[in-house]
Amino acid sequence: MIKKLLGATALSVAMASTAIADTVKIGFVGELSGGGAPAGTQYRDGALLAVDEINAAGGILGKQIEVSLYDTQTDPQTSRALVQKAIDEDAYVVWGTVYSSSTIVNMLVAQQNGVPQIVGAEAPNITQKGNPYVFRTAYGAHRGVPALTGYFRDTLKAKNVAVAWVNNEFGKGGHDVFIKEMAKVGINVTADIPSEAGAADFAADVSRIKEANVDAVFVYLHEEESARFLREAKKQNLQPKLVGEVTLTGQKVIDLAGDAANGAVAHVGLTAEANIESIKEFGAKFEKKYGHKTDHNGIKGYVAAYATKYVTEMNGSFDQEKFAQTMHGLTLDVAKYPGMLLTTSWDQDGELSRESFMVEVVDGKQVVTTTVAAN
Amino acid sequence: MEQFFQVLLSGLATGSIYALAAIGFTLIWQAAQTVNFAQGEFVMLPAFFLLAGMHFLGMPFWMALIFGLLLAVFVLGFLFKRVLVDPLLKHGGLSLIIATMALAILMKESVKEFYSAEAQPFPEIVPNGSWDISGVIVSLTDISHLFISAVIVIGLQLFLNRTRTGRCMQATAQNPGVAEILGVNVKRMVLYTFLINGVLAALASFLITPVYLAKFSNGEYLGLIAFIAAIVGGFNQIRGALAGGLLIGVLDNMTATYITAEYRQAVPLLLLIAVILFRPQGLLGTSEGREA
Repeated sequence: MIKKLLGATALSVAMASTAIADTVKIGFVGELSGGGAPAGTQYRDGALLAVDEINAAGGILGKQIEVSLYDTQTDPQTSRALVQKAIDEDAYVVWGTVYSSSTIVNMLVAQQNGVPQIVGAEAPNITQKGNPYVFRTAYGAHRGVPALTGYFRDTLKAKNVAVAWVNNEFGKGGHDVFIKEMAKVGINVTADIPSEAGAADFAADVSRIKEANVDAVFVYLHEEESARFLREAKKQNLQPKLVGEVTLTGQKVIDLAGDAANGAVAHVGLTAEANIESIKEFGAKFEKKYGHKTDHNGIKGYVAAYATKYVTEMNGSFDQEKFAQTMHGLTLDVAKYPGMLLTTSWDQDGELSRESFMVEVVDGKQVVTTTVAAN
Repeated sequence: MEQFFQVLLSGLATGSIYALAAIGFTLIWQAAQTVNFAQGEFVMLPAFFLLAGMHFLGMPFWMALIFGLLLAVFVLGFLFKRVLVDPLLKHGGLSLIIATMALAILMKESVKEFYSAEAQPFPEIVPNGSWDISGVIVSLTDISHLFISAVIVIGLQLFLNRTRTGRCMQATAQNPGVAEILGVNVKRMVLYTFLINGVLAALASFLITPVYLAKFSNGEYLGLIAFIAAIVGGFNQIRGALAGGLLIGVLDNMTATYITAEYRQAVPLLLLIAVILFRPQGLLGTSEGREA
């Protein structure tokens, strides 16, 4: 009897070990609550959609992906602790965070532990610190903002502009690049208006912009703040063109701002409205699963998951150091790697390159006006 | 000068909404001699009642508005008093203050759990649009907010001063023992105060949420600002809470426009420190001494 019991126990342990061995753990560390929730939850939803597809198709190298979700509450120090927790719980790769102010803090933990991290953050300095384990899923602001310079100079023929930006790592990155770009082409930045993350009342900010009498406004705020800014701009009948980089015309912003978003223009690395079959298909799958539309963050999460699959399968093993080495200088052609949605390259710093788009919000929808070549 | 008037108007409009929440602090203080630290969440929640009416019960906007208002009065007025205040008040104000802090967390986390952590769009209850008056763009929304708040405050003052029930409520606030001897139904008057606080919180919620967007965390800032407004104006006077709300709204916008946008949130706190140091009873409040 005892022998039988021991045998059964041994068998159970063996089976459990097999079950554990048949999964690969991923740590999703993202802004699931707090000010960054609109971005973080989209990133999560995109990633989980990809995970379902990958697992249904057999997983990665025969192992099912097991994602553990960690909510940073949009707090940088919490995000740092959670990246450590994810790594302590054997995460093979960390996905997230989306907010630059969190990423700049927590990426050191992943680096010290030699764990690859695929982030949605866009502040330029994230890939300028020599961290060999950090990789973007979207342009850094230093690549994205310059794409707008020609729009301000040639299309809007602006002489004086204002910049409204969020005073954190993300905002400062975009703001600094914008100031430099405007100086290069001789456009004056006559109103420079920072606001705090989570700011609710933009009446004074919009009023100052009106007083500055500018030709256009560069709005570099997070999603919720962008929506509040757009609503206030409409309320005060602000006339200059509102131009942004990525967030200003995001789907969440359009949902929150309503018709106040109409007419806003932005350069976006990713948009579900792009006239590209793979992205349209993804957008339809996303909407079917979650009941709402994806924005660029949903696409970022999706490609983070597929990049993890493709690179691991290229390596033939779950070797984290090799993963990072392979990613540097890698190009994933969408014809061969359809989960990437667009052909995507990473340079030696983990910076990303691919096609991008100029969009305008018309009747509550993003409309792609121009496609910008990969740089 | 156009900018000054525009910022002044925006500040007054926002400040008038802060005042509605601040008056709630004053009313609860007068009725129960306690501070409701969930007042910010009381302003956050009715917006979600309205959204739930629209999205889950399929109500048209105006019906959802009435539904939200009634539910807020029931939950934030009646239930709050019966379930939390009545059982705890006999143990002293401090227990109740701590309980309201816990309630604030519960309300915030519940909304996050049931309605997600993301901000939700919220319909404007007053018309959009603007008038250009000598270069000053006057927003219809701002004017409407100011008008609605003014009507509510004047109506409340008239109710308290000109009606028998209002005077009974005031007598209860001033001295419940004597009021009871004089035949006032003290328990009922206290209940009315809580119900009125529910109405004020709901109206503040419906006015401020189109600006803030509906989000579980809205109460954190609103509660703090309303609390400061009540202290600055005078915690035991409705007119004090009104003045405090308006002052903070205007000061906040003026600071962001003419001094610094980055440190605007520090201004109400500096004002609070100054008032506590130099006029602890508040700008329009009256001193309340503690008897040995």
